[in-house]
Amino acid sequence: MLLRQTRGQKIFSVFNYALLTLTAVLCLLPLIHVIALSLSDNAAVSGGLVTLWPVRFTWEPYVYVLERSAFWKAFGVTLQRAALGTAVNVLLVILLAYPLSMSREKLRARTLYVWIFFFTMLFNGGLIPTYILIKEIGIMDTLWALILPGAVTVFNLILMLNFFRQVPEELEDAAMIDGAGHWRTLWQIYVPISTPATATITLFCVVGHWNAWFDGLIYMRDAAHYPLQSYLQTIVVKFDFQTMSATDAQRLAQLNDRSVKAAQMVVAAVPILLVYPFLQKYFVSGIKLGSVKG
Amino acid sequence: MSKHTPALGNERRRSFKFGYKTRRELPLHFMLLPGLVLILIFAYIPMVGVSIAFQNFIPLKGLFGGQEWVGLDNFDYVFSMPTIWQVVWNTLRIAALKIVAGLVVPIAFALLLNEVRNVLFKRTTQTIIYFPYFLSWIILGGILIDILSPSTGIVNKFLGWVGIGPIFFLGENAWFPYTMVVSDIWKTFGFNTIIYLAAITSIDPSLYEAAAADGAGRWKQTWHVTLPGMHMIIVLLMVLSLGTVLDAGFDQIFNLYSPQVYESGDIVDTMVYRMGLQQTQFGPSTAVGLLKSLVSFILISTSYLVAYRLFKYRLF
Repeated sequence: MLLRQTRGQKIFSVFNYALLTLTAVLCLLPLIHVIALSLSDNAAVSGGLVTLWPVRFTWEPYVYVLERSAFWKAFGVTLQRAALGTAVNVLLVILLAYPLSMSREKLRARTLYVWIFFFTMLFNGGLIPTYILIKEIGIMDTLWALILPGAVTVFNLILMLNFFRQVPEELEDAAMIDGAGHWRTLWQIYVPISTPATATITLFCVVGHWNAWFDGLIYMRDAAHYPLQSYLQTIVVKFDFQTMSATDAQRLAQLNDRSVKAAQMVVAAVPILLVYPFLQKYFVSGIKLGSVKG
Repeated sequence: MSKHTPALGNERRRSFKFGYKTRRELPLHFMLLPGLVLILIFAYIPMVGVSIAFQNFIPLKGLFGGQEWVGLDNFDYVFSMPTIWQVVWNTLRIAALKIVAGLVVPIAFALLLNEVRNVLFKRTTQTIIYFPYFLSWIILGGILIDILSPSTGIVNKFLGWVGIGPIFFLGENAWFPYTMVVSDIWKTFGFNTIIYLAAITSIDPSLYEAAAADGAGRWKQTWHVTLPGMHMIIVLLMVLSLGTVLDAGFDQIFNLYSPQVYESGDIVDTMVYRMGLQQTQFGPSTAVGLLKSLVSFILISTSYLVAYRLFKYRLF
């Protein structure tokens, strides 16, 4: 590959680097602009002076956001949801993937079970019947409404299942000869061996819970129980300031509405930014496993 | 190694201990139980709940209360709505555009990135372009609303400098669907690029050497080796994406549309939401949802089947 480049190749190469750089910059610019907005003062923002760098730097929008008890409440709901929800998701995925990864000789009803789970990827009851069910079993307005309906994630189950299948059968048989039952085999052999898969799925679940907003919006009657993204949805996207008190509104009048919104979006994105390096590493293998398998 | 190792003695033990296998399986059934219960409640009961589509549903009576059956009245009602075909058309149009652009753009970028020899540059670019994928449509929606605003947004400010007058990307029917497609690409193309890059790296390097020996330049190598090497994954993802042609992207559109762009932007899912949860027309709304689920079921099953027949693709 280290042959001398022809002139055409050189021109292409320059063009290629330029185009890719431009695209990458275009992906980032909107995010940078929003960060700049969140750090600029009212006059600069309303005067339209802010592009990519804060003008008349101020932390005031962040101070305002971080002083909101409603914001912290929503943040807290999301933290609880992400922690509890992810734990439930991952535990269930492990518990389901192990039996379903067995050969048919070891679990005779395997095919039936797999179909019960797989079918839910093909067909679903849709929004209204699900909503009414949640209402009738009485978990509206509780954290459970955000966790239980999505507790079994079939896509992650399939990822885990395929990973478990790569565990050599001899290893399992050896454990069984040594007297280990299915539970011991699962926790002491399958789970430790599958750390990369578990990490991938954990991250999928954390990001999923962190970014979820629709279920919060429809299952929480009281806006005080909204998770972060649902809370943001009402104030950033739908411009609904009903959740705001009179004093809040007064202080907001001195700040720029756009800066405050921008600051909120940035704070909501920070956790993703923090896990991104880990995501990066695991997601790539996760995607390969999930999408381009043999 | 074979799956049955006679030395283990399983076969022999089973022959004189009846029910051994059943007992051996018991823990496995227990492991499946919690997940099974949850999925029966939260996935299968709603499937039964689609009966609402054939009822004059009164919430107070409950999901399994004695509701009044009305046959196909709800469907008649829905199909007599003046906007219904507009909504179906919007859904298909936005989804189709997204599918096409969602194939072409990542493939193009995978090919371009593959030509990059500088590893640091390649990795940095990759990292940047797939970052938006991890942000929610709430955050990206908030960003889009701000930057696309006709009065204060930077996009229109920039367009103003080059002499193009403010465009209301989110408020005009002529622009709204394309804004959806482009912003969807912004969010997802980096992620999909990685899938294609993975496919490229699995191409046998000796094919390139052979092609080079035959006098093929980079361009010809791309055309005759890389693209054919990718065609399996391209067709596979295309086939699978056809199953989602009724999903034009609820999360995105719900957060970005407004009554003035219903004409071009209202899709089946947003309509179900408005009819069902805002106007509490449970029956008609479930009827629309049921039709969508049925068509999706056929499309997804067909695309899985085709993917299996053509590529031996199996999800599990």
